[in-house]
Amino acid sequence: MNLTYGFATLVPLPVVLPLFAAGLALALWRHQRAQHIISVAALSLVLAASIGLLVGADNGPIVVDVGEWAAPVGIDLVADRLSALMLTVSSFVLLCVLLYSLGQGVADGHDKAPVSIYHPTYLVLAAGVANAFLSGDLFNLYVGFEILLAASYVLLTLGGTGERIRAGSIYVVVALLSSVIFLVAIALTYAATGTVNLAQLAERLPDVDPGVRMTLQLLLLLAFGIKAAIFPLSAWLPDSYPTAPAPVTAVFAGLLTKVGVYAIIRTQTLLFPDNRLDTVLMWLALLTMVIGILGAVAQNDIKRLLSFTLVSHIGYMIFGISMASEAGMAASIFYVVHHITVQTTLFLVVGLIERRGGSTSLDKLGGLAKIAPGLAILFFIPAMNLAGIPPLSGFLGKVGLLQEGVAQGTPLTWALVVGSVVTSLLTLYAIVKAWNKAFWQTAPVELPAASTPRGMVGPTTALVAFGLALTFAAGPLYSYAERAAGNLMQPQTYVDAVFPGDSGRGQGVSNDLVEEEQEGGES
Amino acid sequence: MSSTNHLLAPLLVRAADVDPADVARTTDSIDMTPSLVLVLAIGVLFATGVYLLLERSLTRVLIGFILIGNGANLMFLVAGGRAGGAPLIGTTPTDQMSDPLVQAMVLTAIVITLGLTAFVLAMAYRSWQLHGHDEVQDDLEDRRVARHAARNAPAFEDSDTEESGETLDDEASQVYDETDGDGDGATDTRGERPGEKDAPPSGSAGTPGGEER
Repeated sequence: MNLTYGFATLVPLPVVLPLFAAGLALALWRHQRAQHIISVAALSLVLAASIGLLVGADNGPIVVDVGEWAAPVGIDLVADRLSALMLTVSSFVLLCVLLYSLGQGVADGHDKAPVSIYHPTYLVLAAGVANAFLSGDLFNLYVGFEILLAASYVLLTLGGTGERIRAGSIYVVVALLSSVIFLVAIALTYAATGTVNLAQLAERLPDVDPGVRMTLQLLLLLAFGIKAAIFPLSAWLPDSYPTAPAPVTAVFAGLLTKVGVYAIIRTQTLLFPDNRLDTVLMWLALLTMVIGILGAVAQNDIKRLLSFTLVSHIGYMIFGISMASEAGMAASIFYVVHHITVQTTLFLVVGLIERRGGSTSLDKLGGLAKIAPGLAILFFIPAMNLAGIPPLSGFLGKVGLLQEGVAQGTPLTWALVVGSVVTSLLTLYAIVKAWNKAFWQTAPVELPAASTPRGMVGPTTALVAFGLALTFAAGPLYSYAERAAGNLMQPQTYVDAVFPGDSGRGQGVSNDLVEEEQEGGES
Repeated sequence: MSSTNHLLAPLLVRAADVDPADVARTTDSIDMTPSLVLVLAIGVLFATGVYLLLERSLTRVLIGFILIGNGANLMFLVAGGRAGGAPLIGTTPTDQMSDPLVQAMVLTAIVITLGLTAFVLAMAYRSWQLHGHDEVQDDLEDRRVARHAARNAPAFEDSDTEESGETLDDEASQVYDETDGDGDGATDTRGERPGEKDAPPSGSAGTPGGEER
């Protein structure tokens, strides 16, 4: 009892700490050193809390009623295995990217960017991501999305140069649209069921008319699909991400789309377990993979190339979700963890390449393997990991997906299996093209005599090492993902955790009240 | 029934924001017939909002977003069932209360919309500073595809394809690609851009951006 109480106190921390630190950092905007210490400390604490949750959630979902208002009257935060795993990986990535941007800021002497706003906004982004992962309430999920999106608008248009405003206006308009669709979906859900609590929705939605339920599912998928950049809704991404500063692009690529994927996993398994849209999802997964990677092959700029591979590899996760089986979901979760790490790492490395080579265009780069061999290693490992070369973690995630696709054996899953292999090969082709041009060809133009600051190389190396660690620790990690998928495929565990058995919480009675009643009854 | 009420009563005293939809569900089915005026208003707000969202100018897009957002807010009000008295124990009987939860959600949504409106306005203003207009510009890839298409176009005149009298070469000269320039070349080459003729006349002369540059 005491132990679970201890874990429960950790649940709100990933949301509260960054928000509090953001306020503090904003108040101390004149003192940059203080800002740095506050941000690093806050995100380190979040990482520690997330690891605690990762351990704690393995014994079952941890539920916290915010302000002691019992669900469904109050808002609840739920940390189950999936949330805790996502939270841990994303807080580690957030911390590494923060250190990287500190290294960059130190090297640049803080002159160019309005750094005083960077740290508070970054912390707000972290809080929004954590809130989206932990939310046990549809409206709170919306609020989490809005927090992280509002922060992302600021980060994307940092400095307000013409190019960033151009990319930012597309990004902002698309994101606003998806938010409105999400809001409409929530309003309709509330009209149909009278609740926005996820656990209570899971109980009530089966009684709702199938047509209405389908409408709700489609609306939610549409909103999350825009955020996750699934194919017909993905056109905004490759155009807007590459213009931002390298650390911002890295954290966007790693986390923001994955929050959308997380929301899809959560709603598909918990709210709509009848899997009526799985065929649609499979088609979308196939199209996302193939069209995304064809875009990447055509690119001549590393940042844009990576943005297209990001879109393409979202298809793998949707593939796993659409199979709606425990094995598929487990592979999908593992793939999300792998992809957050590797995509962020690659964008950070590209930031280093841009620094060293002065450009990200493959026509202007060359010979980096000779003049910066360390950089070459840092690029090569995550690049091969992204393409899914054995024995790296990308390979393991793909094998899980392919196995389940073959096991299900319908024509469509076979098409997806073929599609994933082709996408994998094309990823390898695109990445190797980038490698050949940037690292092996003789430099077409004289490269500037720049150096890569140690403060930026360090965090990048840490992330590369983390990506390798995912390979070495793949056994425990994969079994954790399998257990998480097991939870997801049985929504009842989630509902039972939020509304435990005989207590009156399902009727909106707070814990205190139940205890009082029981005490009164005993005496 | 009385036992449920007994159980809930102390809670309702504590919570002003308790969800009466649940209460109503346990007692009687709630009256969910929506008001026709609200439904019509939602329809009009969404239709005009979508129309404005499809515009090029960022301020119009913003107004469209605000209209749709308000339409969504009205949807929440409809979702809360019929209007009733203030949801406070002692003021209104439990079964005549209006649903406070939707109002709380609408308030949150309004605040979020307010913040985002401020941001988009600032962005539109910055865009006007830099470019003399606040139009959402073309996707970079679209322009590049257009240039490639122009480069690969057949050399002969084809009466089927060219109805406007404008050849692809003409279009290509209007296509503008900021990746050609180095770094901040994006704003500097503005004068060379023939597409600029659509810009509002006020933009060409007295923009602050023009002077700053």
